[in-house]
Amino acid sequence: MEEKELICVNCPMGCRVRVQLEGNTVISVTGNQCPRGKKYAEQESICPMRILTSTVTVENGQHRVLPVITSAEIPLSMMEDAMKEIRKVSVRAPITMDQVIIHDLLGTGADVIASRSMAER
Amino acid sequence: MRHYQAVIIGGGSAGLSAAVTLKENGIEDILVLEKDAEAGGILQQCIHNGFGLQTFKEQLSGPAYAERFIRKAEELNVSVLCGTMVTGLNDRREVTYVNPEEGYVTVSADVVILAVGCYERSRGAVEIPGERPAGIYTAGQAQRYLNIDGYLTGKNVFILGSGDIGLIMARRMTLEGAKVYGVAELMPYSNGLPRNIKQCLEDFGIPLYLSHTVTHVYGKDRLERIEVSKVGKDLKPIPGTEMYFDVDTLLLSVGLIPENHLADEAGILMDVRTKGPVVDDNYMTSVPGIFACGNGLHVHDLVDFVTLEAARSALGAVRWLKGTQTADKVYKASAGQGVSYVVPGRINASCDHRVDFFFRVRQNFETAQITMKSGDKVLRTLKKKKLMPSVMEQLPLTEKMLGELEGDITIEVTEA
Repeated sequence: MEEKELICVNCPMGCRVRVQLEGNTVISVTGNQCPRGKKYAEQESICPMRILTSTVTVENGQHRVLPVITSAEIPLSMMEDAMKEIRKVSVRAPITMDQVIIHDLLGTGADVIASRSMAER
Repeated sequence: MRHYQAVIIGGGSAGLSAAVTLKENGIEDILVLEKDAEAGGILQQCIHNGFGLQTFKEQLSGPAYAERFIRKAEELNVSVLCGTMVTGLNDRREVTYVNPEEGYVTVSADVVILAVGCYERSRGAVEIPGERPAGIYTAGQAQRYLNIDGYLTGKNVFILGSGDIGLIMARRMTLEGAKVYGVAELMPYSNGLPRNIKQCLEDFGIPLYLSHTVTHVYGKDRLERIEVSKVGKDLKPIPGTEMYFDVDTLLLSVGLIPENHLADEAGILMDVRTKGPVVDDNYMTSVPGIFACGNGLHVHDLVDFVTLEAARSALGAVRWLKGTQTADKVYKASAGQGVSYVVPGRINASCDHRVDFFFRVRQNFETAQITMKSGDKVLRTLKKKKLMPSVMEQLPLTEKMLGELEGDITIEVTEA
C-alpha cells in the first residue's frame, strides 16, 4: 500500500490531504475539510487534472493577444501538447467572452474559450 | 469647476465595485478615473483562473472577472474615463486629472474614493548588488508583456521571491517554452498560497529554495548569470553557499506596496504597517469625505475580498453623505502580539453596523488562538488551524460587541 500527501488546489485553504492507495485504487482520504477535497484527492492520485490558461494571437484587436481558458479541466500530462495546439491558433477581433476558439481540445472534451471580449482596433 | 457627488480614483476591481455599489444606493452623479486604456486594472493581465470563488461561486480568469464588473458598470451607466491620469488631490476633495481629450482638468466631489491599487517592490528596493543589464523585471511587468502585449521576456529564467505573481509566472513562462530554474525565497516559509506552490511549481518540477536569496547579478548588456546564496536566521547570506544559474531573465516577486502618493499629497494619515491610509469603520480616511479601499489600502491576496471591501467603502461613503455619521469618540484598532496589521484601524463609538476586520499574522501558526480585546476586556476568542502571513484573515465585530466596547481594540494571535 502506498500513501501520498497532497495539497488540494481547489481553493486558497490549501488543505493537506492524505491518500492511501492500492495500485490505482484509492482506499482512504483524510485531512480534507470539504467534499471537493476528497474528489480532488481521488482524481489527483490517479490522473491529475488542471484548467489551462494561455493566450492566442489576435489580429485587428485592441491588444496583440487574447487570453483563453479551457472550459473544463484537462490532464496535467497533456499540457505541453495542448500548448502546441493553442500556439497554432490565430483569431480575428471582434471576439466575445466565452466564444469557442478551439473545439474539443485534443479529444479531451474541453473547449478552449475566450476569457474576455475584445473589440476591433 | 465641475462638481460630482462622487469621484473614484482607479477603475480596477476596487473602483468598479465601489462605483456599482454607489449607483445601486442612489448615488447617480459619479465619475471613475482610470489611467489604463481600459477598465479592469491588474485583473486584465491575470489570465489564470481562481478568481471569483466567493463572489460568483465559480473559478473565473482575471479578465472574465473584470468583464462581469465592467458590464455591470455599463448597465448602470457609470462614466469611466480611461487613459486618464490623476495628478493631484487635496483635502478639499478637489481632484486634478489629465487626458488627451480634455487636457488638464480639476473637478470637485462630495466624496472621493481612493481605489488606486498597489505597485511592485523593485530591484532597487531589495538592493541586489551587481551590474545593470537588461533582463531584470518585476513579475507583474513580465506578466503584462506576456499576457497583454504578447512578448515573452526571456528563455532561461530565475525568480526571486515566492509571492503569488512570481509563482504564477513560473508556470506561465514554462508553458510558453521557457526554462524556469527555480524560485528563491528569503524567508523560511513561502509567501505564496499553498495551492500556487503546488500547481505552479510542483506540477512542473520547479525547485523552491527557501531561506535563499539572489546575492549578485552578472551581465554586460543582457543578464547572463546570477548568484544565489543560502541565508541564516539573521537573513544574511552565508558565505560558501553560493550557487550559480546561467539565466537571461530574473523576475522579482518580492512584495507589493499600496500606491499612496495621492493620499500623501492630500495630507491623509498613513499606517506605517500597511503603507496605506488609516481608515475608520466606514473606510473613511483622516480627511473627511475621502475614502480608501482595495490594494491601495492594504494588499489583498484574493480579488473577492477587494470587491467586498470596496462595496463596504462605498456604503460607508453613502452613510457619510446622508450625515448619519457623527464625529465623536473613536476607538483605535491595532495589531497585538503575532499580528502584523488590522484594517480598519479606527472604530467610531457611534458605529451601529457590524465591522469586519481584516488582518494578517506575522508568522505561521499551527493552531492559532485568536483574541479580540477592547481595553482589558476580552470580546471574543477563537481557535483556528494553519494561519500564515500569506493568507489574510477576517474577524467580525458584531453589533452586540459594539455595545460592549470599553476602549481601544487589539487583535492578537498566539499558538494554542
